[in-house]
Amino acid sequence: MTMANTTASQTEAPVFYMTEEHHPQNGTMLGFWIYLMSDCLIFAILFATHGVLGRNYAAGPSPADLFDLDLVAINTSMLLFSSITYGFAMLAMEKGNVKGTQLWLVITGLFGLAFVGLELYEFHHLWHLGATPMRSGFLSSFYTLVATHGLHVSFGIIWLITLLVQVGKHGLVPENKRRLMCLSLFWHFLDVVWIGVFSVVYLLGVLG
Amino acid sequence: MLSKLARGVAIASVFMVLTGCNLVVMDPSGDIASQQADLIVVSTILMLIIIIPVMVLTVFFAWKYRQSNKDAEYDPEWHHSTKLEIVIWSAPLAIIIALGAITWVSTHTLDPYRPLDRIDADRPLAKDHKPMVVEVVSLDWKWLFIYPELGIATVNELAAPIDTPIQFKITSSGIMNSFYVPAMAGMIYSMAGMETKLHAVINEEGVYDGFSANYSGEGFSHMRFKFHALSDEGFADWVAGVKADSQTLGRSQYLELEKPSVAEPVHYFGAVDPELYAAILNMCVDQSKMCMNEMMEIDKKGGGGLAGIYNVMSLTYDTPRERGTQPLPSSRSYVATLCTTPSGGLNKEISSIPLFDNGVVNSRFSPVPDVTSTGF
Amino acid sequence: MFSNPDLLHFIFGRLSLDSLPFHEPILVVTFAAVVLGGLVVFGAVTYFKLWGYLWNEWITSIDHKKIGIMYIILALVMLLRGFADAIMMRLQQAISFGDAAGYLPPHHYDQIFTAHGVIMIFFVAMPLVTGLMNFVVPLQIGARDVAFPFLNNFSFWMTTAGAITLMMSMFIGEFARTGWLAYPPLSDIVYSPGVGVDYYIWALQIAGVGTLLSGVNLIVTIVKMRAPGMSMMKMPVFTWTALCTNILIVAAFPVLTAVLVLLSLDRYVGTNFFTNDLGGNAMMYVNLIWIWGHPEVYILVLPAFGVFSEVVSTFSRKRLFGYSSMVYATIVITILSYLVWLHHFFTMGSGASVNAFFGITTMIISIPTGAKMFNWLFTMYKGRIKFDVPMLWTLGFMLTFVIGGMTGVMLAVPPADFVLHNSLFLIAHFHNVIIGGVVFGMFAGIVYWFPKAFGYKLDPFWGKMSFWFWLVGFYVAFMPLYVLGLMGVTRRMSHFDDSSLQIWFVVAAFGAVLIAIGIGSFLMSVVVAFLKRDQLRDETGDPWDARTLEWSTSSPPPAYNFAFTPVVHDLDAWADMKKRGFVRPTSGFIDIHMPKNTGAGAILAGLSLVLGFAMVWHIWWLAAVSFIALIGVAIAHTFNYNRDYHIPAGEVIATEDERTVLLAKQQA
Repeated sequence: MTMANTTASQTEAPVFYMTEEHHPQNGTMLGFWIYLMSDCLIFAILFATHGVLGRNYAAGPSPADLFDLDLVAINTSMLLFSSITYGFAMLAMEKGNVKGTQLWLVITGLFGLAFVGLELYEFHHLWHLGATPMRSGFLSSFYTLVATHGLHVSFGIIWLITLLVQVGKHGLVPENKRRLMCLSLFWHFLDVVWIGVFSVVYLLGVLG
Repeated sequence: MLSKLARGVAIASVFMVLTGCNLVVMDPSGDIASQQADLIVVSTILMLIIIIPVMVLTVFFAWKYRQSNKDAEYDPEWHHSTKLEIVIWSAPLAIIIALGAITWVSTHTLDPYRPLDRIDADRPLAKDHKPMVVEVVSLDWKWLFIYPELGIATVNELAAPIDTPIQFKITSSGIMNSFYVPAMAGMIYSMAGMETKLHAVINEEGVYDGFSANYSGEGFSHMRFKFHALSDEGFADWVAGVKADSQTLGRSQYLELEKPSVAEPVHYFGAVDPELYAAILNMCVDQSKMCMNEMMEIDKKGGGGLAGIYNVMSLTYDTPRERGTQPLPSSRSYVATLCTTPSGGLNKEISSIPLFDNGVVNSRFSPVPDVTSTGF
Repeated sequence: MFSNPDLLHFIFGRLSLDSLPFHEPILVVTFAAVVLGGLVVFGAVTYFKLWGYLWNEWITSIDHKKIGIMYIILALVMLLRGFADAIMMRLQQAISFGDAAGYLPPHHYDQIFTAHGVIMIFFVAMPLVTGLMNFVVPLQIGARDVAFPFLNNFSFWMTTAGAITLMMSMFIGEFARTGWLAYPPLSDIVYSPGVGVDYYIWALQIAGVGTLLSGVNLIVTIVKMRAPGMSMMKMPVFTWTALCTNILIVAAFPVLTAVLVLLSLDRYVGTNFFTNDLGGNAMMYVNLIWIWGHPEVYILVLPAFGVFSEVVSTFSRKRLFGYSSMVYATIVITILSYLVWLHHFFTMGSGASVNAFFGITTMIISIPTGAKMFNWLFTMYKGRIKFDVPMLWTLGFMLTFVIGGMTGVMLAVPPADFVLHNSLFLIAHFHNVIIGGVVFGMFAGIVYWFPKAFGYKLDPFWGKMSFWFWLVGFYVAFMPLYVLGLMGVTRRMSHFDDSSLQIWFVVAAFGAVLIAIGIGSFLMSVVVAFLKRDQLRDETGDPWDARTLEWSTSSPPPAYNFAFTPVVHDLDAWADMKKRGFVRPTSGFIDIHMPKNTGAGAILAGLSLVLGFAMVWHIWWLAAVSFIALIGVAIAHTFNYNRDYHIPAGEVIATEDERTVLLAKQQA
């Protein structure tokens, strides 16, 4: 392609390239959202499994025999509170308040730890009764669903601690803000999933 | 019927190519399988309405519009035609509508769970006819057939009189298999703790192949049996022959039979425990185990409560068998660990509630103690 | 100290010297060959001092083009293994009749057919598809790289780690003997107590992480990083199919992950998800695995459809017929692929209405597929068709795939499926669509884009040899299987009683040999092309006179793909640019912002491999250590904030000037 045979059409020729650097939109939030949806699908499968196996007690105990709704209600409130406090952390982040962000993150983490602790206590109690995941299809699906959620919260806490350190080190730089946003999505997502667990596994299990 | 004719033509043409080989699926001896073969032919013909033009046009266009053919029209911008688009979407649609209708109707009429309404195309059956019942159990790796009405059982040999509707009740001792006699009817899976059903009839005398059509492990290739389709007299003779055998099949013999074996020879059992099939189906041939139906009853009523936690022993059916060379890894030792005595208070509570018997742990191949469930 | 069995068990778990298959001569010879080959490669790399080059330019590379190429190399290596399995099966089935037991005992044969299925789907077809998408999509949409370049590198190494896990099972222990989907109860610990199923689980779980992340990555790339002007309905068809495929990946692979987790819990912890007793339900596994499994089929075939769309319009030198109906057909297939899973087990005893519903939804998929077929057909109409190798593959596909489609619809009629299910007819059917669709499509794609990746074409003679041997070999190998299926012969048999069947299996084995020559010819076409690269070189960057953006840059493209981001005005952007007098910019270049290489992906994948191995063999301490290391490295990686750099304008100018000179030389 030489200049000669293209000059004729050059006046009408549209622009075929950008001469400045092209900055496509950052896709991190979209990517993380898609990841969360795939995670949601894993929970969907675990819920479906519980739907199929949830009444297969194998002549063993049923939810009514095992669950203490008061304990679970306290547990639920821990997670709900942690979501609210994460919200406060995000508000502080928007204001550029490093100390405030860190403080609310710490509180969120503590609520998260309380949640995981209460869950472990519940598991320990059930295990002590002999209601282990090996006992029946119902218990297998119960433990797996609840523990998968619990593991997610635990990873969330590890992530949160990591971000605390990173915010301390670098301040509220754009990377850290983006990461905090991702963790925020993750944390609220786990909250929503837990509401499903609470209603389907515990409430419907005991009352339904 | 059109499909009959078409099938004849199709089979004839296939046979011209493949003389001497037995396309049992396309030329079966049972009415159900014949109708299934018809469906294969009909769906093939319907699909060919689209497939043949596509193949012909592919070759024709490729040849006609080859680069060296300068006579052919060349229109690099031609890329849309609403009319053509309507045709290319609606032609397959029309065929699928036709095929979908056939599918809906045939799936219901040929549902294996549905009792037969004819022996063959010309001989309808009365609504209240009683089929002959055969209970089929897939074991590792052999087939057990129980004739409850005759009180006999066989291993790896099935027989039936021709033109008699048969109801197969199918279950498995452990692994999923598939019960299949291609000459008679389509297959259906056999699964432990569950019963599947197949209604079928065989119309021509002969000896046919039957086998498992779902891979089930080491001895799978040899999990075959012969199906003898006999005249009424022939069948009566066969039954008499089986009855003459002195072996009987009860719970303990079944537990022995259940052990994995490959290429098991044909056995006859002249007498069979009438309760046996129900016990196999409910996975409680070993009487120290709770039957599935009983367990489901309990579950329906809300489970066995906290007290039910420790009766695990009697519920464990899948005790490890000598399947490969390697022993079971220790991780599946839950039977033993759960049976260690739990802490005091709880234990008292449990023992105060009369439930079913905790069972003898390893009673499988020892004389089965007569423990019956109590409390329910 | 080493006589203490408890200590040994603590250190090595289930692993012992008995785990090594010294008693299997076939494996010992293979092992020796692999070790020798490995030593030669290792020695050569060391001798030529290539370790630094490999590490810097390939292993740590986050360049989507290099990662795409590495995926395809992985796929080809695994193809050789998977095909060796196929040949062994064909040989066994051709000789094991009556009194002859063949040369493979069932426990070996059963591993081979399981491995064949797993390898071909997960470690051949998947990396081919992912590799091609990785290489092509960013170029086709005018992007510098994918959205998450580090994740891309990590995904590749996880896939590789999965493949290595599987390959280890050949020499250390055993592979699953359950069939490629490992149905319980057979795959449960009670019936499969060995390490085989554990290898299966961990290979798939490790590779699955890679697949899922690469799916997320490519979706975001396509949604967010298209060149200005490229609206959704101006995207090339291959990019469309890539988008739909990755949506399917993200929406299907978590199901596989979840169901394999449940199976692992049954095996490791003793839960009762799929057991026969204590309230388990094996039918649930079959449902769940096919909820993943059916979309998986479309994950593989949609990109192949995309390749054919590109190839057929390029080599017919014509716009694709019915672009929008092609796009809608793709979307419809994507959605419908979730509504058909039950057709894989009509024979499990669902009610007639359920079976009929799934049968009919299955047939409905053939409508958009049929529409696509017609679109390709009418793209050729009024074209000027060049029969280069990619076009041959496409024509072979069009003639072969329709037969697979026809037999597929037959299998979708539930009562017909009752007699054909699990038979060799079924085997013939899915090889017909996977070889005729996916494999042909991937070969078409590789031959088509090879000059873009390396700057010279593949050797056309060996390419044609490869095509014809594959095509003829396919028919010779699988038409007998259709016939055998109609004779009522079932799958996965290592021995037959009826010796009248033998001739069909001998013919099929001969077909497999023809396919082997086809594979060999393909490898030859690569080798010969490398040797004759100066004759086959393409300096224009557009050797096929193609239509989409990737052909507007040089071959191979520079690290930054495009010196200036293209602006798109029409579908087939490059054809439009050529038609309307695009002038390649030769000055005014600026710094280009690019991501940096990193070794974190390879390290994380290596740790995952160790974790998987430790879990397979119950070496708990090693599992714990590698798991903690995995978390630690991942966290440490997030402390690296310095992840990108700028290619200075000077370097861009040098690269582009070089190309200007080349192009001028061509012109002259």
